[in-house]
Amino acid sequence: MTTTTAPPGPPRPKRRAGDRVFAGTAKGSGIFILAVLAGVAVFLISEAVPALTAPSEDVAGGEGFGHYVWPLVVGTLLGAVLALVVATPLAVGIALYITYYAPRRIAAGMGYVIDLLAAIPSVVYGFWGVAVLAPTLVPFHEWAADNLGWIPLFAGPASTSGRTMLTVGVVLAVMILPIISAISREVFSQAPALHREAALALGATRWEMIKMAVLPYGRSGVIAGAMLGLGRALGETMAVAIVLSGGAGATLNLISSSNPSTIASNIALSFAEASGLEVNTLIATGLVLFVITLAVNMLARWIVNRRADFSGAN
Amino acid sequence: MAKRIEVSDLNIYYGNFLAVEGVNVSIEPRSITALIGPSGCGKSTFLRSLNRMHEVLPGARVEGKVVMDGQDLYAADVDPVNVRRQIGMVFQRPNPFPTMSIYDNVIAGNRLNNNKMKKSEADDLVEKSLRGANLWNEVKDRLDRPGSGLSGGQQQRLCIARAIAVEPDVLLMDEPCSALDPISTLAIEDLMTELKERFTIVIVTHNMQQAARVSESTGFFNLNGVGQPGRLIEFNPTEKIFSNPDEKATEDYISGRFG
Amino acid sequence: MSTDTRTALPTPTPDAGSLHGERRLSRAVLAGIYLAGVALGAALSALTGFSVTSTVVYGVVLGTLALYVACRAVEGRRKAADRLVTALVTTAFAIAMIPLVSLVYTVLDKGLARLDGDFFNQSMFRVVGEGGGAYHAILGTLIITALATVISVPIGLMTAIYLVEYATGRLKKAITFFVDVMTGIPSIVAGLFAFALFTLFFGNSVRLGVMGAVALSVLMIPVVVRSCEEVLKLVPNELREASYALGVPKWRTVVKVVLPTAVAGLGTGVTLAVARVVGETAPLLVTVGLITGTNLNPFDGRMATLPVFAFYQLTQPGTDTQAYLDRAWTAALLLIILVMALNVVARLISRFFAPKTGR
Repeated sequence: MTTTTAPPGPPRPKRRAGDRVFAGTAKGSGIFILAVLAGVAVFLISEAVPALTAPSEDVAGGEGFGHYVWPLVVGTLLGAVLALVVATPLAVGIALYITYYAPRRIAAGMGYVIDLLAAIPSVVYGFWGVAVLAPTLVPFHEWAADNLGWIPLFAGPASTSGRTMLTVGVVLAVMILPIISAISREVFSQAPALHREAALALGATRWEMIKMAVLPYGRSGVIAGAMLGLGRALGETMAVAIVLSGGAGATLNLISSSNPSTIASNIALSFAEASGLEVNTLIATGLVLFVITLAVNMLARWIVNRRADFSGAN
Repeated sequence: MAKRIEVSDLNIYYGNFLAVEGVNVSIEPRSITALIGPSGCGKSTFLRSLNRMHEVLPGARVEGKVVMDGQDLYAADVDPVNVRRQIGMVFQRPNPFPTMSIYDNVIAGNRLNNNKMKKSEADDLVEKSLRGANLWNEVKDRLDRPGSGLSGGQQQRLCIARAIAVEPDVLLMDEPCSALDPISTLAIEDLMTELKERFTIVIVTHNMQQAARVSESTGFFNLNGVGQPGRLIEFNPTEKIFSNPDEKATEDYISGRFG
Repeated sequence: MSTDTRTALPTPTPDAGSLHGERRLSRAVLAGIYLAGVALGAALSALTGFSVTSTVVYGVVLGTLALYVACRAVEGRRKAADRLVTALVTTAFAIAMIPLVSLVYTVLDKGLARLDGDFFNQSMFRVVGEGGGAYHAILGTLIITALATVISVPIGLMTAIYLVEYATGRLKKAITFFVDVMTGIPSIVAGLFAFALFTLFFGNSVRLGVMGAVALSVLMIPVVVRSCEEVLKLVPNELREASYALGVPKWRTVVKVVLPTAVAGLGTGVTLAVARVVGETAPLLVTVGLITGTNLNPFDGRMATLPVFAFYQLTQPGTDTQAYLDRAWTAALLLIILVMALNVVARLISRFFAPKTGR
């Protein structure tokens, strides 16, 4: 009775011209953004089609687009996953440190310092990676080749320059660290105080409290943050282009001097000299990258939003 | 200036939810009409429907008529913005614009609508409105200071000055004193008795003593249960409501027997 | 006993059962044990061929281990696990500081050499070897970034206004979701998009400054939308209602009440969005290219930009390699300074333009 379906209401209230124009402009901007995103997909596809439909022998490498893009996909995924494996535990540790261990007075400042890592341009990371990190990691490459050679990832022979997929993974890990830790920090700090205090009241140590009340609550947030970091690592261009000495075929060997390139860095390095079908081929690889990152990001956003629905936040 | 408002068969909806049902009432000019009732009974919703403020919420709409001086406020060709220029509103929490000075807050209604005014006209309007709100003597030396620097009671009187500066016919007040201390409340109540010489005033209040003190007529809203629509149970002169109400529900509420 | 989760390390967190009489290690003792472990690690490192890296790694590992073992023996398993985790998360934070410090130090060390007047006054026109500067690239970066800002801010701000003030239902959900997705577009893909868009009209070899601005806008718009949206949501609804009640139309309310109230946050958000794109390299690489001379017209051919300049100076040095590397590092240093300055400006904006509320 209370939720009676109302008879058709009065005509929509009259709106002033100023309101209509302003609201229309605002709505138009929103729709424009959707159009841009669609445009990105459409233009990439239209420029990629010639490469996808070209006879195999015309595509660079002479064996078709699939053969061309395969090592790049392997390289892209390898570097990004390696970065994720290195960065996620560190980021969780940092997030826990800032939210629950650091003295409260300086915790905010520490968060800001970590965020600074995200502000540094990727080309500068590339400079640092090739000038500092790569030489520093050479001894580790040698050690890994000598002692872990039985694992395919460390089959060697060790690169003497350090410009390997391993180094790239570490650089990318540093770059995505602030992304993962920022989101982890946010969810950790939102863990219900009631649960935390209940755990402490039961005599739990701080670690037990975190294990009981914080980590279960923050798990999906950490996963989402890691996915967003993965998306960033997949698309990272300049740092990889500068650090990696790539161009070889698909391999899982992280420490040798012959590495597969990544999609993004391959585009950056080859685009200036490319012409004709080569351009289309590069754009087609960009389309592949777009699809991969889109999938990863949508998955991450879906996890974040699902969590938001459950927690009642926002 | 002050005008009569006739409400007939007013139903107020939020989406498909009927919030207030079947209100018929006549609000007299140059008087204070108080609306009382338990929380969630729809009295604020009803108040906001009088100047079409409830429409700001998506999905809100009404059926029925609200007629002011022969003009149906909900007629198809009526612009809600014009309705609100004739029927001003003061809210529960004082809400001066934080980016504006006291002076600018008072003439905000004109400035925001780009009404060009001479400096002297604006000065006069500010002084007249602040005097009308009994605030002039307290702030005349600091008109260029931010309005949010005033005390709660002063802020609320500033909001009243802001509302009367656009020269409305009717002033709606939604629990204007509930966020204020007793002394500020008294100041606002005194102000209301002065203002009723010029305006039709409708006030929603949780404070029954306040309703008894200031109003000529009182309406009692109630609802039968959660999820049921609110109704206007009784509308009578204040004296009668508080001494000898027609309805049992009113008497129960007044004497504290409800639930 | 204390329920504060943040107090210093040796806070007595009561073990179930007993409040007193349990054995605890004082902070000084803990530090001593840790340092002993570190010393042991250093010794081990010295025995196996000294290097800074191995010293630090062995030291931290052995220090943590020593801490755990000692606590385990004296304080019991649960406390020991607690101490271990404390040591681990602190180490994680310290590890994250290493690249930051190392990077800043390296860029300063190598970049200061050429941070001179010439670097700001000269282009690379007809420069081979020493000398020259990034005058053309600095101006190019400023022009293209400004252009991108001019494109992004109106669109981003209006979209944020739409989302906060007007939108309902499916379109709102769709825009919110895809704006989020758009933040994840790889920068090189944004560059390819701008390239594909312009080649459609101007042919395959086109390179324009404005193409770079469009590419940067694709990256910048979602950032602007998100930050403006957050800020507009913070404007109290009461102010909007106060304005409506005065008979002010909605659009004037937004323009004259909501936006001025939020101006500090909006300024901060836009500045941070600019900081986010000012160092972008990849999209400019494929759309704007690089020239050695000064071109200040973004609608006419290639332009130089600071990140692309840095990249090519480093990766394609000419005959006098060191001169090129020096310029590359100085450009990198300048980029970091630019980004940090924008971050500082953003903080100052939020501090000085915040509305002076009494509440």
